[in-house]
Amino acid sequence: MRDSDGNRAAGFIEAGFLALLLVILIAAALWLFFQRVWWFPELASARSLAVDRLFELTLLITGIAFVMVHGALAFFIVRFRDRGTGRALFWHDSHALEISWSVVTLVILTVLVFMGQRVWSDVYFSKAPDNAVLVEVTGEQFMWHARYPGSDGAFGATDPKLITNTNILGLDKRDPAARDDVVVDNTLHLPVNRPARIRLRAKDVIHSFYLPHFRTKQDAVPGMTIEIWIVPSREGQFEIVCAELCGLGHYRMKAMLTVESQEAYDKWLKEQAG
Amino acid sequence: MGALGTHESITADHKLGFFRRYIFSLDHKVIGVQYILTAMVMAIVGGLLSMLIRLQLAWPSHQWPWLGQVIPTGMEGGVMKPEFYLSLVTMHGTIMVFFLLTAVLAGGFGNFIIPLQIGARDMAFPFLNALSYWTFFLSCLAILSAFFVVGGAPLGGWTAYAPLSALPQTGPGQGMGMTMWIVAIGLFVFSSLFGALNYITTILNLRTKGMSMMRLPLTTWSLLITAILGLLAFPVLLGAAILLFFDRSGGTSFFIPGGLTVGEKLVSHAGGHPLLWQHLFWFFGHPEVYIVILPAMGIVSDILSTFSRKPIFSYKTMVLSMSSIGVLSFIVWGHHMFVSGMNPLLGSAFALTTLAIAVPSAIKTFNWLFTLWGARIRFTAAMLFSIGFVSLFVSGGLSGIFLGNSAVDIHLHDTYFVVAHFHLIMAVAPVFAMFAGLYYWFPKMFGRMMNETLGKLHFWGSLIGVYCVFFTMHVIGMAGHIRRTYDPYQYEFLKHLQPANIFITKAAFILGAVQLLFLINFWWSLFKGKKATDNPWRANSLEWTTSTPPPHGNWEGEIPTVCRWPYDYSAPGVKEDFALQSEPLPAAPSGK
Repeated sequence: MRDSDGNRAAGFIEAGFLALLLVILIAAALWLFFQRVWWFPELASARSLAVDRLFELTLLITGIAFVMVHGALAFFIVRFRDRGTGRALFWHDSHALEISWSVVTLVILTVLVFMGQRVWSDVYFSKAPDNAVLVEVTGEQFMWHARYPGSDGAFGATDPKLITNTNILGLDKRDPAARDDVVVDNTLHLPVNRPARIRLRAKDVIHSFYLPHFRTKQDAVPGMTIEIWIVPSREGQFEIVCAELCGLGHYRMKAMLTVESQEAYDKWLKEQAG
Repeated sequence: MGALGTHESITADHKLGFFRRYIFSLDHKVIGVQYILTAMVMAIVGGLLSMLIRLQLAWPSHQWPWLGQVIPTGMEGGVMKPEFYLSLVTMHGTIMVFFLLTAVLAGGFGNFIIPLQIGARDMAFPFLNALSYWTFFLSCLAILSAFFVVGGAPLGGWTAYAPLSALPQTGPGQGMGMTMWIVAIGLFVFSSLFGALNYITTILNLRTKGMSMMRLPLTTWSLLITAILGLLAFPVLLGAAILLFFDRSGGTSFFIPGGLTVGEKLVSHAGGHPLLWQHLFWFFGHPEVYIVILPAMGIVSDILSTFSRKPIFSYKTMVLSMSSIGVLSFIVWGHHMFVSGMNPLLGSAFALTTLAIAVPSAIKTFNWLFTLWGARIRFTAAMLFSIGFVSLFVSGGLSGIFLGNSAVDIHLHDTYFVVAHFHLIMAVAPVFAMFAGLYYWFPKMFGRMMNETLGKLHFWGSLIGVYCVFFTMHVIGMAGHIRRTYDPYQYEFLKHLQPANIFITKAAFILGAVQLLFLINFWWSLFKGKKATDNPWRANSLEWTTSTPPPHGNWEGEIPTVCRWPYDYSAPGVKEDFALQSEPLPAAPSGK
């Protein structure tokens, strides 16, 4: 047939070009992931090192799979292009092959997921140590409020009916525990190397409390109080990001976390209370 | 069989006027083409929206006076407003997922291909079929109208998370715009259900003599499984949309908890739960991903086999893995909700089920790869796009392994890593399959060939462009670049990513421009393309046994009887390197 003769003549160029493209793709992917110009933000939580390790292991395994599959694809394209002679192999079943690649895939994925579950359970199922600082963070369109329990160590009662411009969380001042609560906007201070329990709430829509340097992210859901705990492991200023679309000002719903020494933290908290 | 089964009614229909034949037609082929052409318009809209999104992400504070004149409300003075940006994001996602991917793959190809591949004169319920298209058409109008109502289009994302979507006071576009979104989705669900019922009945009941289930081409198999998924998943979306509508307009509180304050004003609702919406949405939403990807898999399987001149590798496993993907797709939805506040124990469970669904997907990939082993590959545009699909499916699938693992997802959730992942695997890969299918079946649809040279240029540009855009997006996602953000550079830690964003934007513009090659090719070939023969690709399945284009009723005379499976390429004992399914078996049986 005329059509397929045309295909045969062009086959070599196309096969070669496509194979070359796939090889360039492999090279570009490797370069992109190895040069590390754009990479994770510098870690500020020793506890999250496991997450980074797991990511890197997954990257290694998927990277090998990526190179192998694309390499095979490039090779097959060139090797098995139609050269106008002979017939294709009438071969379409191999239980041995199918069983081996299914088992290999299953084993690799199982190992990865179970390693992942160890990290996951450390994040979500472990209890924060007793010396942890307690702080409540509330999201609203488009800011974050942090509340510290004050010297009594207990959060006072709140009531949404009491919420006004000046009483942003609706603190019920009739409750003695509420009187010494400290509320700050778009600011969070935590002492270094000390665990911190963060209680997340939301006033209006869903927000997400994201600390990129801590590999920590948790949605703040209206109607729910969700507690997570982190351990800041180096001093510095870290941005708090809203990661869940919450309205037109979502992009500017940011706050700043300051991690400092215990003394500096105590001093700051006292200033806020005063 | 329906009213179109008899020969009299077929000839009677030939006398119908233009409107009954091409506009209000009951013919499945016309309806399939109507779906494809309508979706093409929607794709142009959705594509242009993504160009505007890219423009903003590369140069957020830049002033574009000419754009200010084209879009006076959203870009007053040439600077994009945040609410307009978010409505672009919402509408791009909604239009592409429902009105392009679902519409073309299930609606377009499903309608056109199924009766032709199983040997039926039409769908089981031709009128329901037409109703399905016209409901879809109305739903297109409804979604597009959201741009023009007071407050503009909704800004809550295509996932429409409550309470943002449930409370009109939470933002512009959340009023009338959001209501139009709900109406459009409701209509779309009805249209999909009409289609799904029709496909299932047709495939189960109207197969020609000899067409056993295990002789169905994989395209039809994939469309059957897709229809079953649609029938089970879409009603859940409809239910959720109705509840959302009641929350917004009927004073109910399905998704709204008590004690909310928006701008210091107390909300009167109480008793609902925001996570209920997410569970309902993703219970639909994850099968939806497979509603899109399964037909793509089926189409690619058939095209790879045709142009390899080889049977598809392991047909039975292909059917089995698509079926198990179908079943498993209903128990993985929670992997969208790892950090949502859902019980973390459920997170563990969903990580395990997600692992399970990755296995049949990997098996399919290996089967495609080994279809090429020992082949005589012919590089047509359809074949190139199919190979491209395999590559994209692999890349997107691999990045899914990161996200499916709940612990790794914590950092990556809601970043561009997710955006890159799902674009590769459930947006661009299916679009590649769509292009492959169009280059492949265009001759059967319109009786003319598309231009191969333009088609190949279209492929090269698309593959290079797609990888430039989405590989880079993975990396900026790792760096913490959140999605759905109007101005990422508000954050210090994201400022260094601007060069990457500019690169992505430029690549996306080129990628968008390359798609013009397809549009030109499509419309030029429709009128001026080379006349096609009945079986231009020397393929096996039944649609290639009839004339090109097929008449009303699909076969002039009797419907052929099927004697063999559709993958007898280069079979021993057959002189040619293909054997139509209707070709009687030689004395010594080959293949199935």
